[in-house]
Amino acid sequence: MPAILRVEGLSKRFGGLVAVDNVSFEVNEGEVFALIGPNGAGKTTLFNCVTGFYAPTFGSINFGGRDISGSPPHRTAKAGIARTFQNIRLFDYMSAVDNVRLGHHCRMHSKLWDSLFKTPFEKREEKAIIEHSMELLELVGLGRHADSYARNLAYGQQRRLEIARALATSPKLLLLDEPAAGFTPQEKVELMQLVQVILGRGITVFLIEHDMRVVMQASKRIVVLDHGEKIAEGTPAEVRSNQRVIEAYLGKSA
Amino acid sequence: MSRVRTWFQDNRRNPNAIAYSVFIIAALLYPTIVQFWTGGNGDYLVGIAADGGIYMLMAIGLNVVVGFAGLLDLGYAAFFAIGSYTYAEVASYHLGVTPVDHALHIPFWLALFVGMFIAASAGALLGAPTLRLRGDYLAIVTLGFGEIVPIVFRNGGIWTGGVPGISGLDVPTLPGWFQGPWINQNFAWVPDFRFTTANLTAYYVLMVLLIGMTVVLVHNLYNSRLGRAWMAVREDETAAAASGVNTVTVKLLAFSIGAATSGFAGAFYGAKLSYVSSENFSFIVSVTVLAMVVLGGMGNIPGAMLGAAVLYFILFWLLPSAPSQVESLASSVGLDFLNKAVPNGWPGIAEEISRSKYVIFGLILVGIMLLRPQGLLPSQIRKQELKHEEHEALTVPRQLQS
Amino acid sequence: MAETVQRLRGTFFTLNVNSLLNLAGGIAVLVAIIATLQRVFESGGTYFFQTLGFGLAQGAIFALVALGYTMVYGIIELINFAHGDVFTLGAFFSLAMMPLFGLNPSSSGAGVILPLLGLFVITMLFCALVNITIERVAYRPLRHAPRLAPLITAIGMSSLLEGVMFIWRGPFNLAYPDFLPEQQLSLGGGITIAAKAVFVIILALILMVGLTFFINRSKLGKAMRATAQDRDAAQLMGININRTISATFFIGAALAGAGGIIYGLYYNSVAAFDGFAYGLYAFTAAVFGGIGNVPGAALGGFMIGVIAAMSDGYFTVAWTRPLIFGILIFVLVFRPTGLLGMRVPEK
Ligand SMILES: Nc1ncnc2c1ncn2[C@@H]1O[C@H](COP(=O)(O)OP(=O)(O)O)[C@@H](O)[C@H]1O
Ligand SMILES: [Mg+2]
Repeated sequence: MPAILRVEGLSKRFGGLVAVDNVSFEVNEGEVFALIGPNGAGKTTLFNCVTGFYAPTFGSINFGGRDISGSPPHRTAKAGIARTFQNIRLFDYMSAVDNVRLGHHCRMHSKLWDSLFKTPFEKREEKAIIEHSMELLELVGLGRHADSYARNLAYGQQRRLEIARALATSPKLLLLDEPAAGFTPQEKVELMQLVQVILGRGITVFLIEHDMRVVMQASKRIVVLDHGEKIAEGTPAEVRSNQRVIEAYLGKSA
Repeated sequence: MSRVRTWFQDNRRNPNAIAYSVFIIAALLYPTIVQFWTGGNGDYLVGIAADGGIYMLMAIGLNVVVGFAGLLDLGYAAFFAIGSYTYAEVASYHLGVTPVDHALHIPFWLALFVGMFIAASAGALLGAPTLRLRGDYLAIVTLGFGEIVPIVFRNGGIWTGGVPGISGLDVPTLPGWFQGPWINQNFAWVPDFRFTTANLTAYYVLMVLLIGMTVVLVHNLYNSRLGRAWMAVREDETAAAASGVNTVTVKLLAFSIGAATSGFAGAFYGAKLSYVSSENFSFIVSVTVLAMVVLGGMGNIPGAMLGAAVLYFILFWLLPSAPSQVESLASSVGLDFLNKAVPNGWPGIAEEISRSKYVIFGLILVGIMLLRPQGLLPSQIRKQELKHEEHEALTVPRQLQS
Repeated sequence: MAETVQRLRGTFFTLNVNSLLNLAGGIAVLVAIIATLQRVFESGGTYFFQTLGFGLAQGAIFALVALGYTMVYGIIELINFAHGDVFTLGAFFSLAMMPLFGLNPSSSGAGVILPLLGLFVITMLFCALVNITIERVAYRPLRHAPRLAPLITAIGMSSLLEGVMFIWRGPFNLAYPDFLPEQQLSLGGGITIAAKAVFVIILALILMVGLTFFINRSKLGKAMRATAQDRDAAQLMGININRTISATFFIGAALAGAGGIIYGLYYNSVAAFDGFAYGLYAFTAAVFGGIGNVPGAALGGFMIGVIAAMSDGYFTVAWTRPLIFGILIFVLVFRPTGLLGMRVPEK
């Protein structure tokens, strides 16, 4: 399988702090790939580098054969990388459906002119976008909440709405930052089903997750970070038996 | 009757529809009512309303910048000045007395758009490097720009007419116009019509049409992909960027569209006065327009219009006429001493009232933000935002942060 | 291969734009300095030192006002637009309080020193109280609102203060008594400097050194620094945030009030709207030095004062304002951290 995302020698420093230290790995097309590691290991920072929120200090990020290191977030989104945030970031005072409609922004073709004069093209495009947004809301199980303000949704619904908004950008690669944090076991099962559906749409999933059971079950391959360094990579079974991983999670003394 | 009532009930959930209807009816009836009320001498009042329309245009434009995109522009009058001066350069004898030595007389309708275009370009030039900065820096940059521009026009020497400015600008023209009893004339079709101060109703009609056009266009923008992106950027720039919105471009568009509206209003202002001077574009103009938007309701087009109408009425009608009325009131109730100015002290009640403009601005800006931040006619989204805000400080973050 | 070329081109392009801008900026500064030097040599030393003295004196006042902007920005990241008007209020208030201290326009000599000291104390207190009231009324309720909200109330407060002074004393330039000695101090070699300017500079320096000591040594000063760095952490350490913020507004306004009196004494004239432009100059100084940075504000104040004086003295007064605001815009765009760097991290 060809690699869709190739991270090579990636480092990110904040002043003296090395948040990500010379990390390399590849995510293959059509798989679920997981990134794990203790709190503060640099997982979110790595996501931020991939999506262009941070420019890497060293190293390169290659997506679908193109070098995207240092591209701003809207470019990486347009290139086909979508993401969710560890601490949910929705447009709280826009309705659920408007959140998803906004997600289509970079795939829309209406120009300023079309918007100003409400041309037939613009009307047709808006109509199509609304239909597609409703479809995505159904997909994540929020069809009945299309008109609720995002902030009035329950926690789990907000997490799913964020996924719907990310899907609206028609990504090839979806980055999920701790999507199951704070979920009940039942919700986690539903989330994993949703991930399978997304995968079925031909979208590669790259996720950060703390719950080992979820990670082991859902993902094909795993990279483990600790203090910014990659300490292990492999299938769930390989990672589970890796001595350094056990140490990182349980402490050296254990 | 019952149909009317259901119409109102239907629209109760959307006050904007009612507001727009009221605006249209008021705009249509205003000249007639004024003429009737003053016994045919109301031209002056019609003219005031036309001037107020210039502020209304600016308020609609600033609302795009401040209300939709959440950018504080404190130099809005600069674009107004740029529009006016552009009109003055391209539609008067003036370039003929500069080293260019060739006067331009671009027709009014074209010149209006030239002014708009130049102002929008200035907005883009200023915005491109500064919109990357954090929001409050933008406020300062625009404030500085708003101070620089009028001074540059004042110091421009022969090019800008220096301190006295430029007079004798071309007045608006139309291929034809209807006249009638509303200006004490017989019904007639006037070909090659020139707008003059003898026919302020014509200005008024023109102003209403321009505002109507602007409202439709801005309304369309608000309900488009771009309007949604503005809202998103205002709410959460990071999330907007992650969703594929180029935040800098989107903000730049808001900023330039605001500047364009201001430049458009400025060009019209120059044409109507037939005169421009750097004195008319100081910081106080920017603050006036900002106060209008805040008073009416940030982010809502009819709100900005209402704010403009109310504040314009207070500042340019009530405040200038109040002093003499209060003076006569004071003397009629035997408080004559209030009217007498004391050297180096009490300047007389009339003078005190006419000085109160700045306090009114201050009270509106502070009072509205504290007591009714959604303004007189709030946008639905702002109302929601503000309803929740008060609880924000008390509640624990909804989820654990990393 | 093609990829590498593209990347190289990318780097080259960004390098190019940045270095070009730096180059253009550098050339502009260089040209300005050369043009100034040429005129300085043409006009002789006496004029130069007069101009420099004037520049440093007005710079000292800018610095006093800039400190308030920078301290408030450092702690709550708000541009307190009303600050420049609190400064003018200091001049207005002290003018009105003069009879209380037996001061009148004809007073002079050493007899004015003690009453003047009293005037300073009461004016600084008054301005401080006004400023903490403003913070309580107009800023504190909006601390969790969108950033736009307190900025707008700050503009409103500025307009309100100007309006109050305008209603109170009208649109006139008020004469401010001239208590300071008029003579020139000789620096040797036929070069003199106005005693007035020296007095202003020394007074401002005393106040600034006092402030620095306070911030570095006192408990409250430490609380202010801690709050500026990380409000949540400071709160966890048991620091009373509201009181610390009030203290910041208090000190900033006290310095501005003192600046108001010094302004009056130095220029002998004050008007209701002086604070607007003067406040913007001072804000420029704060940005120039690195907003949030206390020594930076002082340095920026003196530099802006001297630049403005040189522009007035050697070029035309009419272009000084555009020059200063142009500097403001350029610093914000190309070096938002200012000369000495921001102490506050981006949040
Ligand atoms: N913008 C930033 N500035 C400074 N330090 C940061 C920044 N973002 C993250 N860090 C630091 O980088 C390290 C890794 O953080 P993060 O990537 O969020 O960890 P994880 O997501 O694995 O829990 C932490 O020590 C964090 O404090
Ligand atoms: Mg994380």
